[in-house]
Amino acid sequence: MAEKPYTANEVAAIDAAKFQPLQKNTKEEREAIATPSLTFFQDSWRRLKKNKAAVFSIVLLLIIIAISIITIFVSPHDPTAQNVKFTNLPPKIPGININGLNGYAMVGGELVDKYAAANVPDGTYYLLGTDGLGRDLLSRLFVGTRISLLIAFIAALLDIVFGVTYGLISGLLGGRADNVMQRFLEILSGIPNLVVMILMLVVFEPGIPSIVAAMAITNWIPMARIVRAQTMKLKDQEFVLAATTLGESRSKIAMKHILPNISSVIIVQMMFSIPSAIFFEAFLSFIGLGLKPPAASLGMLLSDGYKTFLFLPYQMWVPAVTLSVIMIGFNLLADGLRDAFDPKMKE
Amino acid sequence: MKKVLEVKNLEISFDTFAGKVKAIRDVSFDLYKGETLAIVGESGSGKSVTTRSIMGLLASNANVDNGQILFNGTDILTKTEKELQKIRGKEIAMIFQDPMTSLDPTMPIGKQVAESLMKHNKISKKEGLKQALDLLNLVGIPNAEKRLKNYPHQFSGGQRQRIVIAIALICYPQILIADEPTTALDVTIQAQILELLKDIQKKINSSIVFITHDLGVVANVADRVAVMYGGKIVEVGTAEEIFYNPQHPYTWGLLGSMPTLEGTGDRLYAIPGSPPDLLDPPTGDAFYPRNEFALQIDAEEQPPFFDVSPTHKAATWLLAPQAPKVTPPDEILIRWKKFQEKNSQTSV
Amino acid sequence: MVLTLWLIATITFFLMQFLPGTPYTNAEKLSPEQIALLNKQAGLDKPIIVQYGLYLMNLVKGDFGISFQFKNQPVANLLSGRIGPSLQLGVQAIIFGTFFGIILGTISAMKQNTWVDTTSTLVAILGRSIPNFVFAVLLQYIFAIKLGVLPIAKWETFASTILPTVALAMSPLADSARFIRTEMVEVLHSDYVELARAKGLSRWEIAFKHGLRNSLIPLLTLLGPLAVGLMTGSLVVENIFAIPGIGEQFVKSIMTNDYPTIMAVTILYSAMLVFVILIVDILYGIVDPRIRVSEGSRG
Repeated sequence: MAEKPYTANEVAAIDAAKFQPLQKNTKEEREAIATPSLTFFQDSWRRLKKNKAAVFSIVLLLIIIAISIITIFVSPHDPTAQNVKFTNLPPKIPGININGLNGYAMVGGELVDKYAAANVPDGTYYLLGTDGLGRDLLSRLFVGTRISLLIAFIAALLDIVFGVTYGLISGLLGGRADNVMQRFLEILSGIPNLVVMILMLVVFEPGIPSIVAAMAITNWIPMARIVRAQTMKLKDQEFVLAATTLGESRSKIAMKHILPNISSVIIVQMMFSIPSAIFFEAFLSFIGLGLKPPAASLGMLLSDGYKTFLFLPYQMWVPAVTLSVIMIGFNLLADGLRDAFDPKMKE
Repeated sequence: MKKVLEVKNLEISFDTFAGKVKAIRDVSFDLYKGETLAIVGESGSGKSVTTRSIMGLLASNANVDNGQILFNGTDILTKTEKELQKIRGKEIAMIFQDPMTSLDPTMPIGKQVAESLMKHNKISKKEGLKQALDLLNLVGIPNAEKRLKNYPHQFSGGQRQRIVIAIALICYPQILIADEPTTALDVTIQAQILELLKDIQKKINSSIVFITHDLGVVANVADRVAVMYGGKIVEVGTAEEIFYNPQHPYTWGLLGSMPTLEGTGDRLYAIPGSPPDLLDPPTGDAFYPRNEFALQIDAEEQPPFFDVSPTHKAATWLLAPQAPKVTPPDEILIRWKKFQEKNSQTSV
Repeated sequence: MVLTLWLIATITFFLMQFLPGTPYTNAEKLSPEQIALLNKQAGLDKPIIVQYGLYLMNLVKGDFGISFQFKNQPVANLLSGRIGPSLQLGVQAIIFGTFFGIILGTISAMKQNTWVDTTSTLVAILGRSIPNFVFAVLLQYIFAIKLGVLPIAKWETFASTILPTVALAMSPLADSARFIRTEMVEVLHSDYVELARAKGLSRWEIAFKHGLRNSLIPLLTLLGPLAVGLMTGSLVVENIFAIPGIGEQFVKSIMTNDYPTIMAVTILYSAMLVFVILIVDILYGIVDPRIRVSEGSRG
């Protein structure tokens, strides 16, 4: 607040004692910095917390992952149990009486209680209905989510292992070795990802291992590039030079100094590659190159649902929404992480 | 002399995650027609914020808590964005610090120079380029006609700064704000640019507000000098008064840390410590923690301005009648002596 | 570039050698002699090296061999008719997607952190997260089935190209919007934009005269990945909308183990990608004055 300027009288009125020289012990006072100091991760976490979308995604994804794990042990129905009599039942949620969610469906223009028609025992509910083979859709959804997430995580992990290793080595070696390694990458990336995946899957039997392998082979390239770029940036910085002069071996330098500094970039990239992997799995299953029935993954569920889409749209909507929600969640989280780790973003 | 700009009791704060930073804590000064006012201070003293506020270019998290900026009688702080756009570039123009980044890399410089003229005076592109050419010649770009189509990266740093000056001048503004225009340049180029500015000022009789932390530059160009510290002006006067009769301990520090040929000691005087934290400004005089001449009252009350002459005032309790006589550092004594000599001569 | 193509062709060839099964339908019903005869006809009995050499030579001539799926149909013929629709779909999608993406990204950057920004960011995230086949089906459901305003499939009138174009364009739209927003925000905080403001230009003038050009140049780097995305997207979109393009054929060929066609499409796609990358490099040189005009005339 601005103070009123003193008049000459007011000044004269001030006690002369106050004009004695000031005793000071002030070295610490002068050098103190007022704002609290935070480590890099604490700082980033603080920024991340402010991003409501990212926080929401974290919560959402944790819930989904938790459900996936819990349903290994507990499930509304046996996801593989086929019951030919109960095929294509609409969803029936206890207590809700909206058409479409109460076991009734339109058949030829008329509302019919399909549960009664199929002689489903009282008290048996299929919360999301059943599919063409009488399997409970909800349980299959849990299995499908679990498998899709599993595939995605393993693929992302492999991405990291291949990508980071390749990038670190290429970046640290530099010179001709680096050149050769980079040319190799360029050539590899000249082939569209999908084509490689498809080729691999045509050659090898489709199944979880081959899908994971196919994805790992293609998706590690961006990670390798980014890691290499960052490594080269850091390599030239003084602290690496200092470590080298002190006699640290190259691998030690890589692990102790470079890796922690690029970890933020790696995390962000990994967060982006997970939805990418989920998408590819779904896509491949959709065009028939994914898992084989009766395996369930989100892609398989989508593919099955698509076949009866015109008549029973809910069979496709359910996995579609689930897939979209998971991908949105990871994308929001990855965006949030990237913004949080980058201090240059304007507050 | 006519006053072109009157800044009265300006208070500006910024909202940050750590709290409110009080960047400008009651700043007042005037700018007269045709003069060059230098504003001197360290980083964080508030120099740049002051100039941005004159142009209405403050960041979005800035709050003007109090004060007025009167330009030809009307308060700039109350103007709308549209009104401000009419003033910027035309009545008040700015020269920026870093010539390597102040120009659009993808636009030919001729167009960049003509841009504000074309907008403000609504002339055609052809006419605009013609006047741009005149200005490029004025600021000393050789072969200007051929180079209108060139891009910034085809010019050296000194030339780019001249182009920036041309951009600022093309509408013949009343006030030119130069925000550390030579800091990013080599010393020899610095001298050239300063000469250019002085030259042009004479030609078009505009007023210049010159921001810098380099007193050597100030000595070269300024008519009057205002010294800023911790978001306030601590001393203001004519260039001669500030250089040869400084009264505020901070000014002593600044001058004392400037190497001169006549210096006595063999160690440069350096002001210890670092600038104050404006998140939580100290009560009393912001400079007191680093002030070896601080009085007890400095820690309690902010000093008001005390007049040293009709044109010179300083905000330090040392000028109060009750204050003890202190002996400033030797370099300052030498200056004071020079000042007395000069003035006794003129009063003869 | 040629090196890349050659490598791809070679890899594809050798990969094909590992493919299980034979290309002949009802192989179980054929006697060994018949199979041997068929093999001889198809040139499959020659040593690998010779096959490889022939393969490369044929490639250079543009001869991709004969389709296994459609006997007596050279693959080249099979594919040439389909390039048209795929190309049209791809070009439409890129133009539609990047155009609206740029607009969305620009508005987003100008109104940073307001509801406009949040909404458009949401749209961008949705566009990137929801798989394009879900989009395709969704569009079909809403516009073709429920509302009945657009044809559900096939490639006949211009109207029938609308839904597939939109479905395919969502991904480029989302990516370019996001990218432009990031670039613009950075540009809008740059020194030369501050100088432009000091000249008295309005925010929108600055965005279009200074902001866009500086943000669009980096956008070129997106074109490569964008093209790849379109290729993958077209596989599904063409299938769902029954468009007679390369993507649809590719999927069919996979189902029927039509190796020559699979190889041919692979090579075709890779060639297209390499081509796009080349074009981007050239465009960069033209569009960015720092590259286009040499730094010769300093003074």
